[in-house]
Amino acid sequence: MAEYSTQEDHEMSVSTPTNIAEVKERNRALIQEVLSVYPEKTAKRRAKHLNVHEEGKSDCGVKSNIKSIPGVMTIRGCAYAGSKGVVWGPIKDMIHISHGPVGCGQYSWASRRNYYVGTTGIDTFGTMQFTSDFQEKDIVFGGDKKLAKIIDEIEELFPLNKGISVQSECPIGLIGDDIEAVSKAKSKEHGGKTIVPVRCEGFRGVSQSLGHHIANDAIRDWVFDKSEGKAPNFEPGPYDVAIIGDYNIGGDAWSSRILLEEMGLRVVAQWSGDGTIAELEATPKAKLNVLHCYRSMNYISRHMEEKYGIPWVEYNFFGPSKIEESLRKIASYFDEKIQAGAEAVIAKYKPLMQAVIDKYKPRLAGKKVMLYVGGLRPRHVIGAYEDLGMEVVGTGYEFGHNDDYQRTAQHYVKDGTLIYDDVTGYEFEKFVETVKPDLVGSGIKEKYVFQKMGVPFRQMHSWDYSGPYHGYDGFAIFARDMDMAINSPVWKLPAAPWKQDPDYVAIAAE
Amino acid sequence: MPQDANQVKDHFSLFREPEYKELIANKRANFENRHAPEKVQEVVEWAKTEEYKELNFKREALVVNPAKACQPLGAVFAAVGFEGTIPFVHGSQGCVAYYRSHFSRHFKEPTSCVSSSMTEDAAVFGGLNNMIDGLANTYSMYKPKMIAVSTTCMAEVIGDDLNAFIKTAREKGSIPAEYPVPFAHTPAFVGSHITGYDNAMKGVLEYFWDGRAGTIDKVARVPNGKINFIGGFDGYTVGNMREVKRIFDTMKVEYTILGDNSDVWDTPTDGEFRMYDGGTTLEDAENAVHAKATISMQEFCTEKTLPMIAAHGHETVAFNHPVGVEATDRFIMEVARLAGVTIPDELAKERGRLVDAIADSNAHIHGKKFAIYGDPDLCYGLAQFIMELGGEPVVVLSTNGGKGWAKKMQELFDSSPFGAGCKAYPGKDLWHMRSLLFTEKPDFLIGNTYGKYLERDTGVPLIRLGFPIFDRHHKHRYPVWGYQGAMNVLVTILDRIFDHMDATTDGIATTDYSFDIIR
Repeated sequence: MAEYSTQEDHEMSVSTPTNIAEVKERNRALIQEVLSVYPEKTAKRRAKHLNVHEEGKSDCGVKSNIKSIPGVMTIRGCAYAGSKGVVWGPIKDMIHISHGPVGCGQYSWASRRNYYVGTTGIDTFGTMQFTSDFQEKDIVFGGDKKLAKIIDEIEELFPLNKGISVQSECPIGLIGDDIEAVSKAKSKEHGGKTIVPVRCEGFRGVSQSLGHHIANDAIRDWVFDKSEGKAPNFEPGPYDVAIIGDYNIGGDAWSSRILLEEMGLRVVAQWSGDGTIAELEATPKAKLNVLHCYRSMNYISRHMEEKYGIPWVEYNFFGPSKIEESLRKIASYFDEKIQAGAEAVIAKYKPLMQAVIDKYKPRLAGKKVMLYVGGLRPRHVIGAYEDLGMEVVGTGYEFGHNDDYQRTAQHYVKDGTLIYDDVTGYEFEKFVETVKPDLVGSGIKEKYVFQKMGVPFRQMHSWDYSGPYHGYDGFAIFARDMDMAINSPVWKLPAAPWKQDPDYVAIAAE
Repeated sequence: MPQDANQVKDHFSLFREPEYKELIANKRANFENRHAPEKVQEVVEWAKTEEYKELNFKREALVVNPAKACQPLGAVFAAVGFEGTIPFVHGSQGCVAYYRSHFSRHFKEPTSCVSSSMTEDAAVFGGLNNMIDGLANTYSMYKPKMIAVSTTCMAEVIGDDLNAFIKTAREKGSIPAEYPVPFAHTPAFVGSHITGYDNAMKGVLEYFWDGRAGTIDKVARVPNGKINFIGGFDGYTVGNMREVKRIFDTMKVEYTILGDNSDVWDTPTDGEFRMYDGGTTLEDAENAVHAKATISMQEFCTEKTLPMIAAHGHETVAFNHPVGVEATDRFIMEVARLAGVTIPDELAKERGRLVDAIADSNAHIHGKKFAIYGDPDLCYGLAQFIMELGGEPVVVLSTNGGKGWAKKMQELFDSSPFGAGCKAYPGKDLWHMRSLLFTEKPDFLIGNTYGKYLERDTGVPLIRLGFPIFDRHHKHRYPVWGYQGAMNVLVTILDRIFDHMDATTDGIATTDYSFDIIR
């Protein structure tokens, strides 16, 4: 951090004058205040998800990965969203059937910005919506025959597809369909084609999270086990790595891959942004799995470690401080050549990073941020904000587990940070109203709520249609975007001048 | 190094830099195991043929890129049109996250909606406890004036009984005894979002008119001179509702809008988040039973609601998303007849201005061929307007249109020489449309945002009209109904035609001759 200091660091204080004890007291009172609106039973349950972080604690002191409470307006999604929307959807040369009624596939159609390159509809299918569009008769009589027919029709009309996944929507598990049997039979019929049944019905689990796990397991059972013994298309080398848990949102995986390649590594697979089935199949040949989104892909990383002896390492490519740390950490798994490569990459980009910080830090230093996102971002982006002299004063996970909160407490958040797990619409609104951050980073459902309140906002799931944010190239974009959000002239306009001018009011009243 | 702090490159330009082009090419060449480019090209060409179209139309089970959503989306749309109302969707919570996101991406506005968050245990034991706790929580946290309940497919498959559940929740004290909780079963595996709108609207009106689910006596209807107006599921609801109200006010019609979303999806940025804004008051919703007549602007959005209203003694009139001169004439004259008012000259003047605009511009539309897709009523309204402009619809496709719709469309085509070559495609999707664009070769495509994939693949320019529109901003603020609304549609069509003319004539030293400054 000190390496990227600017002159302004010595002139302006990074945090507001409020002392930490006062902040903690305010945050605790705030939690009590929001809890007071709930019926008693709900207040008791929600209390466990809200906390003020105490420095030195091993986690954030909140319960997580627990069922959302009915009727409170949780921001969470479902297992289908975690499997089809996150893990499987980006595998570009496969066709992913949203199996069940039309809605799930429709709402998640091309909305996650998993960038890819390919001929859509011919050899690539990422921004398409394939659905079995269940009708009442399918619910009553079962959808297995329909699924079998769908697979045949896909083979006829989309002959260049490299595989099919069946993404179960709620009814599938409720009506007792046997999608495994259909998948197996059809795979055999179509020459051993990869057909993957995924039991990611939306009612399973408590959030997207179980969908990630189920999707990981499906890769294990229906891709790895099937492709065992199959030689990859390339000769394995000593520096082969796989990027795990990067969905290439706005091109994130590409701006990450470029750094790994520049330091001398060879990236043999991307999971799953701009990914292909061949890359999935080849990954057990990698020497190291580098894991960005721990939450959604730790399962498959652990499996590959156990079964194939491939170590995995978590990294963070948001902001130069964390990138630097991560490049060195990744390099430490390899020889001096790669370690020297990492140092060369760090040195190469240092002037660019300094230029970005010189330009944006003076405009952003001291600004307070509140986050509420999913996956890795409630902690991973904190370093990037801090590189710009900003301070994250509140954060929470949509579907995190305790291991996420441990990582957050041990490596990321400051004393007194407001922590909110599975926050409700009401709580988030009240927290922002009182804490008055300069920026909120969350999702599309939250964006307009806070902008109406006059609070600058960036979507931190989709990068608000910008990106990439990963890597050195991405950090420049991140800095630019945070600046344009906070320092947009529009935020001077929400209050009508005549409503603020006491003289005008007095004159008008006469 | 491609990045530059002074000229930051994002995805639009970053990945076109040589470093990234090489990276992407190497990834493809070494690790993706792709089909040979010649093979890909062969299939690209095959997919354009009549042969492929035939295969494509033989599909019986697979649906690809449908232009429809599911019932609860429509139920949420209807619910937020009532004052202080929060939609409560009983079932899995992920669905609600999807509806909220979907509407927010279209309207660029918050959409408040809650879920009863049913999970595996509820799948086994039913979602009664979720309903009891959920209603209590929503009621205490968000202090709505009404909670409008609908269902996801999960709750429907396991057969949860909304009426009984809400009754039990009331008895358990989740909500006060008199508190309004209308409800509608909205299974996602029946119909589409327009069906959900219909069921939810019917649910709300029946609730207020027929004794609030058995909690009070039925309201005794005392007919008055008022007209009820139901807009249907409509991506232009903000602009349209305001325009319709203006027209009614101009005509001095006494009216009640049933389901008015124009304020809740157009709240100001002035420092305050309004979870609720505007909407039909609950009092007005109840008193609407006394109206003499009810108008539905979209027949296929109110297939159950309108007969229910007729059974309460109203005269009912349904339109098919009227756009254009003649369609608006019929609408205005019906309103005047039902309300017993005369049509003010102001509207005649607006009409004249629209005719004037059409007279000025129709030469650029006359004889051009259009493919249209969307919700059934929207398709009808747009096809009628295109024909009025001298354009020729050749393909009109509606994924959620049925046989009745197709018949109605055919009657429309038969009514004009400009409809002679046109065919309606009920129940088909945008992958069918892709084949049709290759084989029928229309000049322009009219549809929602997803049409941009068709435009890219087939080269047929897209005119964005429909729902959702995610990739252009603020279109929902402009009406498409009324004479002024038709003017907006006309300009939208013309702008795309002119843009296309310029884009196809801007070749230096090749097409200099048609790159006109005056058109």
